[in-house]
Amino acid sequence: MDAMEEIKQVFFQECEEQLFELEAGLLTIERGDFDPETINAVFRAVHSIKGGAGAFNLTDLVHFAHVFENTMDLVRVGKLEPSPGLIKLMLRAADILADLVRAARDDDTSDPGPREAMAAELKTWTPGAIPPPQAAAPPPVAVAPKEASRNNDDGFVFVPTKVDLNDFEDLSLAPTTHFRVIFRPKAELYAKGNETTILFRELGRLGPMHVACDISELPPLEDMLPEGAYLSWTVHLETSEEEDKIKAIFDFVEWDSTLEIEVTDGMRADDAKEEPFVFKPTMVDLSLLETIVPDPIDGAEASVIEPLASAAKPPQAAPAPAKAEKPSGDDHAPAEKKDAAAATIRVDLERVDRLIDLVGELVINQAMLTERVAELGLARMSAVSIGLDELEQLTREIQDSVMAIRAQPVKSVFQRMPRLVREVALQTGKNVRLVTEGEGTEVDKTVIERLSDPLTHMIRNAIDHGLEKPDVRRAAGKPEEGLLKVAALHRSGRIVIEISDDGAGINRSRVRSIAVEKGLIAADAKLSDEDIDNLIFLPGFSTAAVVSDISGRGVGMDVVKRSIQALGGRISILSRPGLGSTFTMSLPLTLAVLDGMVVSVAGQTLVIPLTAVVEILLPQATTVHNFGGNARVMGVRSEFIPLIDVGQVLQFRQEDIDPKSGVALLVEAEGGVRNALLVDAIQGQRQVVIKSLETNYGHVPGIAAATILGDGRVALILDVDAIVVDSRNDIASSLPLAG
Amino acid sequence: MSKIILTVDDSRTMRDMLRMALTAAGFEVVQAEDGVHGLEVLAEQKPDVIITDINMPRMDGFSFIENVREDDQYRAVPILVLTTESDADKKLRARTAGATGWIVKPFDPVKLVDAVRRVAA
Repeated sequence: MDAMEEIKQVFFQECEEQLFELEAGLLTIERGDFDPETINAVFRAVHSIKGGAGAFNLTDLVHFAHVFENTMDLVRVGKLEPSPGLIKLMLRAADILADLVRAARDDDTSDPGPREAMAAELKTWTPGAIPPPQAAAPPPVAVAPKEASRNNDDGFVFVPTKVDLNDFEDLSLAPTTHFRVIFRPKAELYAKGNETTILFRELGRLGPMHVACDISELPPLEDMLPEGAYLSWTVHLETSEEEDKIKAIFDFVEWDSTLEIEVTDGMRADDAKEEPFVFKPTMVDLSLLETIVPDPIDGAEASVIEPLASAAKPPQAAPAPAKAEKPSGDDHAPAEKKDAAAATIRVDLERVDRLIDLVGELVINQAMLTERVAELGLARMSAVSIGLDELEQLTREIQDSVMAIRAQPVKSVFQRMPRLVREVALQTGKNVRLVTEGEGTEVDKTVIERLSDPLTHMIRNAIDHGLEKPDVRRAAGKPEEGLLKVAALHRSGRIVIEISDDGAGINRSRVRSIAVEKGLIAADAKLSDEDIDNLIFLPGFSTAAVVSDISGRGVGMDVVKRSIQALGGRISILSRPGLGSTFTMSLPLTLAVLDGMVVSVAGQTLVIPLTAVVEILLPQATTVHNFGGNARVMGVRSEFIPLIDVGQVLQFRQEDIDPKSGVALLVEAEGGVRNALLVDAIQGQRQVVIKSLETNYGHVPGIAAATILGDGRVALILDVDAIVVDSRNDIASSLPLAG
Repeated sequence: MSKIILTVDDSRTMRDMLRMALTAAGFEVVQAEDGVHGLEVLAEQKPDVIITDINMPRMDGFSFIENVREDDQYRAVPILVLTTESDADKKLRARTAGATGWIVKPFDPVKLVDAVRRVAA
């Protein structure tokens, strides 16, 4: 069943959202926020998962969710205190629920051990009053077939015109029972939207019947309340169905009426005396019936016999309700109907990617066109130029919109972190509180996908190596619970992710001695604190005396650094002994386009990401000063900023140029450090499509990527931070940290 | 003319299932995500039957039913409540709020259509 399979996929997607809500909610409660709405949301999440799971016969999931829900319900109604211990248990239960969801999705059979243990643990919180889940939630598997066969008779309709009671007695086809049903509705029945006629119509489906109305209670007109209930009915029904089936029809109204059902030996027994009101065949609007339930029986003649005969039919012979009668052309009708609720559509990612590629080409093409037109030397205000400007704007808007399709909040990565933290904390015996910030920060999907691994590794690392064990922390006068903060934010057109802990900080003397031991640095190397911290990014470096299975796994920080660099990102450390460390990753928002400033340096055309550029300055003889050997600084509003000659760093030229002949771009690098980049001239500002240099050629220090300009030439895109770092290394050139 | 059924449920899965079962049975389906949204949809559409969940954010099923019943236009429209495990407590509360009947989750399409038919004129 295709449609069902599709809904199942939706269900699993929704489960992921619910699981996130569940975890987020529990974490909120853990922080001491007992807002009833949060508790409700948490409850709802589990409840929803259970409901959906029931529909798809995911028995394991239903059972576990049920136990979980019961415990949670007690918290919700205030019978159970959400103690830290209980919430911690629930968080673990949420993890198990997540595993069950995933197992169900991938058709895996998960190990029942953990969930049974957890279910048992959860049950210890619920007093005996709560029935065991098996009793309360019978596996839906068992219900469905029974239900189907019971509803076997849905396909046929009682057609009143054909009923002839004499015939019935003579035919005696199937064992039938005669029932007398006395039904007295109360006014509430009508107030709740129930309708006697409909009930009788449904009753009529069970077999031939005879309805008598008792109007003796009817008051004189002047006393009659328009909404009062004064009539009662006596129905004689002959059916092969059980009494339960009759009761089921009155299921909705049993509270608002009195109902007597009794078995009689025959219909004629007592209805001869008074028949003030006969339920006549003509009262039933057949066309109305047919809109609801199709009549699969062809000949009208057959209708009398058929109901009784078909009651014995096996379930598979039951006609498909409703669908059978619809003309085939109608099948598509639901899809064409106006759909008020559908606000989102799901699109294959490939299509979006193709669109992005095409837009990239469009941008290049439009740039080329602009250049051709410029070559014609048309006036700025000419119709062509104006049209071209408009085209440019439209192109940009299309581009932004297309990129927005792929942009996703980092939430999808962040929501995996609490569980990771819990597990690593458990393995290492540390108490960790995870705080996440900026989950709504949006970034391109491709970036998000590749963010997960480095982030996971860094979090493991922070807990394993950064945070101390509770006793150590206590001795150091810190709270036993370590704090791990993961924050995402947008900064100058990039996404920055900070992972900070309040642990011991990097043990620099140890890092240094390990680096010496492994031959990574000379024993007498003069290194700043920052340089030592950065040693952990060197290949082959691992600080843990015994490689733990937490952050070990043969993956070092060098791999993390490389994978971030491959994304056009950077990573830096700020560590304070005894106070903790902060790892900062900075990544481009998209891997597709950027706004760049096109500059020329020593005859080469380069692109500098516009997001890095703060200001453009013209160096004057009075503002540029020599500093040390070959370094220069530039005075900018009572501040001295290093002036870096891009041509020299990239080794386009060896000799100094006269700063006055060039232009300085004030750029902001990692950590807000300001530098001035000296270039020969600015050509203009343009949107460029990023073409990866790594995939097409290889990594070039100081260069982030390449692009194709309007004239078809390739220009390199500068990695501003790398240039700044490189220039520093040039100054203190003895360090083994280049790159 | 096919009947219009308004379904109010915060779960996308449930909404999809309701839509599938009901459209297959020839009903026209309009949907809302919670009670507040339900009332908004109600202002634009005139459903013949309403099916609502109980546990929903913003406005739950009980208040939704009460709000619907307060509207003269809809005080007699049949409302079915989606409940789990024939929860007697919830049924009672739903009835007090003015629900016409209920559907026990998980439902199969036949049961659902059956219940709708039992209240739809």
